Amino acid sequence: MISSGKDKAFDGLLIFLVALLSILCLLPMIYLIAVSLSSSAAVISRSVFLLPVETNFGAYEAVFSDKGIVNSMIFTVWLTILCAACSMLITIFAAYPLTKRKLKGRNFFLVMIVITMYFSGGLIPEYLLVKNIGLTDKVAALVLPYMLSAFNLIVLKSFFSGIPESFEESAFLDGASHITILFKIILPLSKAAIATLTLFYAVGRWNGFQDALVFISKPNLYPLQLKLYMLVYNNQMSEVAIVEGSSSAAIPSENLKAAAVMLATIPIVLVYPFLQRHFISGVTIGAIKG
Amino acid sequence: MHDSLVTSTPDSRLIRSTKGKKRIQYLKNNWMLYLLLLTPFAYFVIFKYAPMYGVLIAFKDYNIFEGVWASEWNNFETFIEIFSMPDFWNAFRNTFVLNTLDLVVGFPAPIILAIILGELKIMWFKRATQTILYLPHFLSWVIIGSIALQLLAPESGLVNIVLNKIGISSIPFLNDKYLWVGTYVVLGLWQSIGWNTIIYLAAISGINPELYEAAEMDGAGRLSRIWHITLPGIRPTIVILLILAVGRMSQIGFDRPYVLSNYFVTETADVISTFVYRLGIQNFQYSIATAVGLFQSVIGLVFLLVTNYIADRLGEQGIW
Repeated sequence: MISSGKDKAFDGLLIFLVALLSILCLLPMIYLIAVSLSSSAAVISRSVFLLPVETNFGAYEAVFSDKGIVNSMIFTVWLTILCAACSMLITIFAAYPLTKRKLKGRNFFLVMIVITMYFSGGLIPEYLLVKNIGLTDKVAALVLPYMLSAFNLIVLKSFFSGIPESFEESAFLDGASHITILFKIILPLSKAAIATLTLFYAVGRWNGFQDALVFISKPNLYPLQLKLYMLVYNNQMSEVAIVEGSSSAAIPSENLKAAAVMLATIPIVLVYPFLQRHFISGVTIGAIKG
Repeated sequence: MHDSLVTSTPDSRLIRSTKGKKRIQYLKNNWMLYLLLLTPFAYFVIFKYAPMYGVLIAFKDYNIFEGVWASEWNNFETFIEIFSMPDFWNAFRNTFVLNTLDLVVGFPAPIILAIILGELKIMWFKRATQTILYLPHFLSWVIIGSIALQLLAPESGLVNIVLNKIGISSIPFLNDKYLWVGTYVVLGLWQSIGWNTIIYLAAISGINPELYEAAEMDGAGRLSRIWHITLPGIRPTIVILLILAVGRMSQIGFDRPYVLSNYFVTETADVISTFVYRLGIQNFQYSIATAVGLFQSVIGLVFLLVTNYIADRLGEQGIW
């Protein structure tokens, strides 16, 4: 080709641009790691850039010795698993019957779901409902109100619909019930979709902030994001500091905040690359069918 | 009476009984499907439709002890009140300004990035950078906000330390009401640019490769191939996503503006979602806050319908 030199320069430019953007994506996190591993004296003297200065794990030790933060982490891990399991189960329960075209009432239910994608009561009526049915300051307030995502439901329904009906028919003729078919045939064929949606639900709960801010006022039920917000923005260290509101309570240093933020980020960074392959197909199905 | 006469003829009774049998047979075959639907149905009724009923308090003087139904209607006084609140219009304006900037900056950026990624030839490099670029999407706004604070703080932030080193005085990225708007938009772009390329990349990979080969034969350069093949190829995707984005213009998330904003920037940072939270949850003005939320929902619905209608008229495939 005549333009091969020009072509190479063009390729080089593209690689440079993408590399630059990727570095910009990573730099903030690298800086955060550097701060969390530096001594607080080094942070205060403004000498930390992208590598830790006077490397030590003191900040992480301090985070792990704060009972409030540790409890919140354990609670959030537990809550995330509970939420992802409940959400996934109810999504499966809803998605499977809706793939049956002849099911009476199917269209009614579909319309009922789609309406909620475009219109909602809004924050205050939702809050009043949670309050009126006595869920405020209960774990259930963090599980139930946003348990089922209409978007995820439509994605899973599309996925189930893509499974050839002949698989089910032979089982049905053998006398298998719908629930047997769902668990023995449909679910094993849908592992990728279920893994993706479980990840979405889990990440949603792990990152969830507003519902906790609105529904929860007891510090021992603070999920990690709310705990982190209190720590970073309100300089609140532990439950003791919150209850007493005393000025003598230790103000968290910058490297301690960085360590806490890192600890909240690590689980996501660890889980995500394994599921990347799956969620791309999940997002694409959602975009086409939803 | 006429009805009973008809049903009493033996013929029709026969039909009824087979109908009844059919119904029993249908239920025998399908009751499990309805059983499965029971919890999702209850979920939607309780957590989605009950709050929609609760919206009625926007039209009433809501008394928490009397409940939604028994509270007195107030002849749209709530709406008259919110329309006379300067803070409401401020939040309304900020919502549209921030969303417009997000759209202008954040909508074309992933398209450009997706086209660039699509042109990359070294596969491992493409895959590795994609992994990195998608990552910020999975970080919460509390985490991003905390990182932003560490990076951008006037005294201790890395960016300002570097600026000071090269002789520029500190820039208050998060504490100046106008600079804050820029910071908000850039952080949004940082979080979403990679993730939003996914759908475009899927569309690009769906374009027939023979088109590119034919164009190359005809002597078309890289840029003209992008312009004449890639862009028209992803045009339907762009239109649908644009409709959805414009349709969401009046909706704004809560976490991002709430976490990033602070006392100094309320004038440009207070948006509908944070306004509703402050009014309703912190100040217990339930009726007024609900009315603001409802107003936003209705505007959102109108936006969605209008943009879809326009797209339809222009001959593009809408979202329905």
